[in-house]
Amino acid sequence: MRGSLFESPAWCRVQCQRHCSQTPHKKEVPCVFGRPPQLPITKIIRLSAALLACHRRRSTPTAALSLPPRKTKLCSVDAAMATTKPRLSSFSRNLSAVSSSQTPGVKCGPNGTMFVSSGIADLDRYFEILGGGFPLGSLVMVMEDAEAPHHMLLLRNFMSQGLVHGQPLLYASPSKDPRGFLGTLPSPASLKHDKSRDRESEQEKGLRIAWQYKKYMGENQPNFDSHRVTHHYSGADNKQDYCNEFDFRKPLERHYFTRQRVNCVGIQHSKNLAALQEHCASFLAQHQRNDGSSALAGRIAIQSLCAPQCEHSNMDWEMLSFIKSLKGMVRSSNAVVVITFPPSLLSLSSTKRWQHMADTLLSVAAIPDEDKELAKLLSGYQDMVGLLNVQKVARLNTQVPLILEATTFSIKLQKRRFLVLECLNQAPVDGSSGSSYGTSGVFLQLSLTQKCYIEQLRMVSKEMDR
Amino acid sequence: MENQNLNLLDRALGLDGPSEPWPLSGRVVLIEDCVETSGSFVLHQLVKRSLSPTSSNVIIFVAFANPFSHYDRILRKLGCNLVTQRDNKRFIFFDMLMLRCPDVDEGKSSEGGLVLLYEKILKTICGLPGDKKDYVTIMIDDISLVEVAANGGSDYVLDFLHYCHALTSEFDCSLITLNHEDIYSSMERPTLILQMEYLADILIKAEPLSTGLATDVHGQLTVLNKGTSHRLGRSGNKIHNFHYKVKENTVEYFYPGSRV
Repeated sequence: MRGSLFESPAWCRVQCQRHCSQTPHKKEVPCVFGRPPQLPITKIIRLSAALLACHRRRSTPTAALSLPPRKTKLCSVDAAMATTKPRLSSFSRNLSAVSSSQTPGVKCGPNGTMFVSSGIADLDRYFEILGGGFPLGSLVMVMEDAEAPHHMLLLRNFMSQGLVHGQPLLYASPSKDPRGFLGTLPSPASLKHDKSRDRESEQEKGLRIAWQYKKYMGENQPNFDSHRVTHHYSGADNKQDYCNEFDFRKPLERHYFTRQRVNCVGIQHSKNLAALQEHCASFLAQHQRNDGSSALAGRIAIQSLCAPQCEHSNMDWEMLSFIKSLKGMVRSSNAVVVITFPPSLLSLSSTKRWQHMADTLLSVAAIPDEDKELAKLLSGYQDMVGLLNVQKVARLNTQVPLILEATTFSIKLQKRRFLVLECLNQAPVDGSSGSSYGTSGVFLQLSLTQKCYIEQLRMVSKEMDR
Repeated sequence: MENQNLNLLDRALGLDGPSEPWPLSGRVVLIEDCVETSGSFVLHQLVKRSLSPTSSNVIIFVAFANPFSHYDRILRKLGCNLVTQRDNKRFIFFDMLMLRCPDVDEGKSSEGGLVLLYEKILKTICGLPGDKKDYVTIMIDDISLVEVAANGGSDYVLDFLHYCHALTSEFDCSLITLNHEDIYSSMERPTLILQMEYLADILIKAEPLSTGLATDVHGQLTVLNKGTSHRLGRSGNKIHNFHYKVKENTVEYFYPGSRV
């Protein structure tokens, strides 16, 4: 394992997780996915050699360098500090303009699927290559982190987006007062703020690329627009936006959830999941998909399905059976189901079964506070509240898997109001100092575009192994 | 078969020989995959090969994971029209998405749902015209959901599979199943997957590369073809390993490093 070179960040992540599970204090193992575009190649090599050397000295079990052979656009220093976004192919379909359905908030995508927004503009943008959002008829699962409630942020955005678009909502929660949760939903940001953000993004467009690696870029690389795009159908009315920016400091106006059908179900006290299944069945029956109809989309949000205070939480097969039947019902309807669950409360085998049942699988993780090493390695560390990892993406009506460049994002609350997801960026470091990066394994994801440098690194790692 | 473009998977499965008798008849195929790499594309490929114009196969597709529309769209891009085949009675689709066996409290009922399913399959095979009865392929997608439908009664699932296996010798039909190997890897006694692997004549495993996922190579396939003794020219186990990349219209298979 020492000084090994891996081709892909996914392997890096697997190693990181394995290492984390072996070390007693999970918090102290910084696992970093970064892209240091501003470092010259020679410095990267020296930095990697120094890393490998230091880990060899300290006899830590793993020091992995991940070098995906993908080619990426390298940006200047300023751009590196700003958000870098994954990219679509050069002939990206202009899906935002195409929408044959009259219903707001529903977009048509490839393979005959329709999409609704996830409520988070960055996540929609990430899924742009799919169609921008969650496909109707799919099951989204979010794996919670027991240490931090970041899944609630995702859930709130998802629910608010649906309510803003007038999409009926079914919300199930193990808390004593599920209805009270609606009071914590964020409201769409005021238009004034949207305009100022657009102006900022206009300035970002002016940044230029430091190194022209365009000739190495493959045709199939994802390539997003470099500025924030909010899909507007008409006017500046919030209701017409496909995806809104939500302000957590402003609660959602009451008329949104008294006007539509919002059904809140408590799952703490019911003996089994039969009651919840009944609710879901009747909800989904109202959103049956008929050919050619543009019925209103529905959303189901189930929070912490296997929470320990629920009586069904130790009935593994009961829960699996519920999810299977829910998945079967939602497949033939115009609805999206989001289920969050803490995987630490399930057995490994059950967790895998849940993961297989999900169409889209996300996981959130907490970031330790005041971690000096992480602060050194990541830019904007202070603003980060957690990490979001996209493990699986829904592939309805197609067999092609979706492999995107970046799967890990940092969750930030800008100005403590707006949920923002960003690709991780490495802070500028001095590679020649050879300083150690922590007592435990630290993983760096580097992107190199020239094979000769990969070869050099291989030689370096072989020397380290000896 | 000779006219078609054969790929590495076809060769590994023995589909490069004469199409009569169907090389997979009487054999059990198990496809294993994991969360990172889905093995359903192998199933789609086998559907396409079974329904090729030169063969006279009939497929009984027992679907627990996806509805008909999903497979229809995918196979259409691969060049096979499932709606036509369904109308021609060459593709029989059992939609089991909502199958749920009654509670485990009544011990027999859990099994009841699967027994009914088996009887349905048997009835379908017996109901086929004489010439088609010999060329039936039973496909099950996927076994982990059969377990969920049986409320965790893996014994019942095993019984069901054994009965289906008996069909392979009785009617010379082939049995192709898909299961998720990573579910069982953490169990202490993964009886179900071990028994399935033992029963299988051909084991196809889809897993990510040891270095992770990449855009050019979606994963690697390992095909273990346990040769049967009574077929001339085949003896002993053969292991094939190659990489693949899944596309909309086709799947590319290539040996490691041979892709330009």
